[in-house]
Amino acid sequence: MVKFKNIASLVIVSTYLFTTQGLAASAGVELESADIDPSNIHSLQRGAANFMNYCSGCHSAKYVRYETIGKDLDLSEKMLVDNLMFNAERTFETIQASMPSDDAAQWYGTTPPDLSLMARAKGADYIFNFLKGFYVEAESPTGVNNIVLPGTSMPHVLWELQGYQSAHIENHENDDGSVTTTFEGFEQMTPGMMDSEDYDKFVRDTVNFLAYIAEPIRGFRVMLGKWVIMYLIFFLIIARMLKKQIWKDVK
Amino acid sequence: MTEDDLDPNRRHFLAVATAVTGIVGVTAVAVPFISSLKPSARAQALGAPVEVPIGSLGPGEMIRVLWRGKLVFVLRRTEEMLSRLAANIENLRDPDSAEVEQQPDYAVNDTRSVRPEYLIVEGSCTHLGCAPLEDFDVRPAENWGGGFFCPCHGSKFDLAGRVFKGVPAPTNLRVPPHRFVRDDLILIGQDSGAA
Amino acid sequence: MAKIEVEVGKSKGGFMKWIDDRFPFTETMRYHVTEYYASKNFNFWYVFGVLAFVVLFIQLFTGIFLTMNYKPSAAEAFSSVEYIMRDVEWGWLIRYMHSTGSSFFFVVVYLHMFRAMLYGSYKKPRELIWIIGMLIFVVLMAEAFAGYLLPWGQMSYWGAQVIISLFGSIPWVGDALVEIIRGDYSISDITLNRFFALHVIALPLALIGLIFVHIVALHEVGSNNPDGIEIKSNKGADGVPLDGVAFHPYHTSKDLVAIIIFLIIFFSVVFFAPDMGGYFLEHANFEPANLTATPEHIAPVWYFTPFYAILRAVPDKLGGFILFGLSVVIPLFLPWLDRARVKSIRYRGWIYKSALSIFVVTFLVLGWLGTMPADPLYVLAARVFSVIYFAFFILMPYYTTIDKTKPVPDRVVYHG
Repeated sequence: MVKFKNIASLVIVSTYLFTTQGLAASAGVELESADIDPSNIHSLQRGAANFMNYCSGCHSAKYVRYETIGKDLDLSEKMLVDNLMFNAERTFETIQASMPSDDAAQWYGTTPPDLSLMARAKGADYIFNFLKGFYVEAESPTGVNNIVLPGTSMPHVLWELQGYQSAHIENHENDDGSVTTTFEGFEQMTPGMMDSEDYDKFVRDTVNFLAYIAEPIRGFRVMLGKWVIMYLIFFLIIARMLKKQIWKDVK
Repeated sequence: MTEDDLDPNRRHFLAVATAVTGIVGVTAVAVPFISSLKPSARAQALGAPVEVPIGSLGPGEMIRVLWRGKLVFVLRRTEEMLSRLAANIENLRDPDSAEVEQQPDYAVNDTRSVRPEYLIVEGSCTHLGCAPLEDFDVRPAENWGGGFFCPCHGSKFDLAGRVFKGVPAPTNLRVPPHRFVRDDLILIGQDSGAA
Repeated sequence: MAKIEVEVGKSKGGFMKWIDDRFPFTETMRYHVTEYYASKNFNFWYVFGVLAFVVLFIQLFTGIFLTMNYKPSAAEAFSSVEYIMRDVEWGWLIRYMHSTGSSFFFVVVYLHMFRAMLYGSYKKPRELIWIIGMLIFVVLMAEAFAGYLLPWGQMSYWGAQVIISLFGSIPWVGDALVEIIRGDYSISDITLNRFFALHVIALPLALIGLIFVHIVALHEVGSNNPDGIEIKSNKGADGVPLDGVAFHPYHTSKDLVAIIIFLIIFFSVVFFAPDMGGYFLEHANFEPANLTATPEHIAPVWYFTPFYAILRAVPDKLGGFILFGLSVVIPLFLPWLDRARVKSIRYRGWIYKSALSIFVVTFLVLGWLGTMPADPLYVLAARVFSVIYFAFFILMPYYTTIDKTKPVPDRVVYHG
């Protein structure tokens, strides 16, 4: 009876603790799962190339060193230098944006944020949907708006790949006069170099890489954790036997 | 009472097994904590090799550079300076650079250098780490053929950074790993591989 | 021949005698370890004191190593945390242990406090232990709050902004007090620097001192047990309590098992879920503090949320602050609010059992509400549960008096 109560209380406490605090979905848009695979090293390598080609012009990843990427993604120093290091000379350098941040602030009204931790701050799904969520809006200074982050000052950098799309946004007038805005989907206006499947894959690889640089140690952490837990379970068995032996004479 | 009740041997065995397992665990935990005290990736990056242009360094001139926060002397020796190196051999503690720790293999020679003209040594006295002063004047009365003098505790080194006998410093000044990228550019901190 | 005199609590000879003649080592070990008797029927709920000690050790130890690399300045704090996470060898492990440890400190302390409520451990003669314990809890909250500012992320900054502003509601001195806490007109580099001092020196010293007193007081009166019986009133011929077993080796061997189970849970979080879904490390705190934009949804770390929900339930700044403070302090009066003649829940009537169950649910629901946005429905719920929270304490003298208790046996219940 007492045991049951203990277990019940533990369940309550752990449910309380383990319920995940969801990331706030913006603008009421359902986020499509990014479905990334951090163990897929080829996806990460492609993502690294995508990042360097399309992101690093404006965005830095100032906590990430090239050599860490090289080591984790199986890239030789030569591959790093030839394919990724456009803004750096030595592999121990961190990823800096090509564009000076003062210029960026002038052109876009805001400095493009550092991307080292973006995946941990916003979640992979958010970035995945953000990169897929640009749609044409004539009034916007960049010519586009974004369904996930309305009013973003970032232009549609990947337009060549994705093409341009328009968004179906409908306003329903409620009985009390208030207006509810719902997003009904995108429609392709001009085709890009990629079809939507290839573009999804491109974005997925990129997001995978962003998730990786947000915590490069993750893979090792999980691997080490298994050994630590195995050791502790072994320790537990021995300690439990000792406890039973010592308590034998307690009547 | 069953048979294994209060078995002192079993209890002793289990106590030892628990203690050993615990000690193994504590030792394993010590590894990351002690490792965290080593130079970090940033310290290693900041401690990367440094390029030193030597094109404008005239004969007999010396420049001071920093590598890993350590002072390094780059001295362009004249023919005359080099000729003085052999004079005082008997007063030196380690004239042949036998102490392997103090220089890379390629600096084990009479001039302790890759190219005799250029002496590259760490400006850190091997006694307790003060920065020696240059004293290139020749004073035959004192049997001094020019070299380095440490102001802290009076250690003396010749123009190849070799330590004299009878001073506190135990070994010659250390020659850092280095190489010539071009005739007018040296790289300190690295002796092989790509720049 | 000189007679060898052996005093009580002293070693007969050798090195230990030399020590014992100068420092009461053997005597202290006997009094607090090998001859400290605690009831043999301790259950699951009696491990959390030791576990709190383990977490304290983890926090102090990892904290020292973090201090070696952390920079308490607004310009560098955020970067230095990432520096620890990426550039310092094994820094990630040390940081995750510290961040996970702070949450586990509260898990363990809340369960430790709940144990006292289950078995009446705060009742005579242990009132002082409870009061010191409550002081430890308040200092621990301050310690956690100061520490939470240090990463200088969005949540660090805006969380501190909200909580410090609370003090501004105090009449007359509020505004001056807030400026004294911040040392500036807003939360700034100066605030961060002094919170660092509080977090690494002042509050840990206070914690350690209070914990020392807590344990000395405990060992003076002896530990309670799940039956709420004073084991010292049933002593054998040798003066040893019949229901007690020595702390070492009995309780130490038992506690070791508990510690290892705890470490399995602790390291599972450290290695497999250090964010804990945004509860232990909040998502918004991976963005550096931005003084021009508050995060969309701001809530304190989970361990403060029950009290935060009470704060938000009150539609008045000063009133909210007062109830917030009261909700933290009111358990201090438990020893005098509880009028029951028995200590343990085992011998209490249905009224107290129901009241305590409702209280646990209330506390958890308040905690959950504190993490939610301040929608009208949630605020209404928070008001209802705040009333229940305070009712549990305020009505206690009444319902514990009328509650029918069962007879308490002479000896503790132990089934071997």
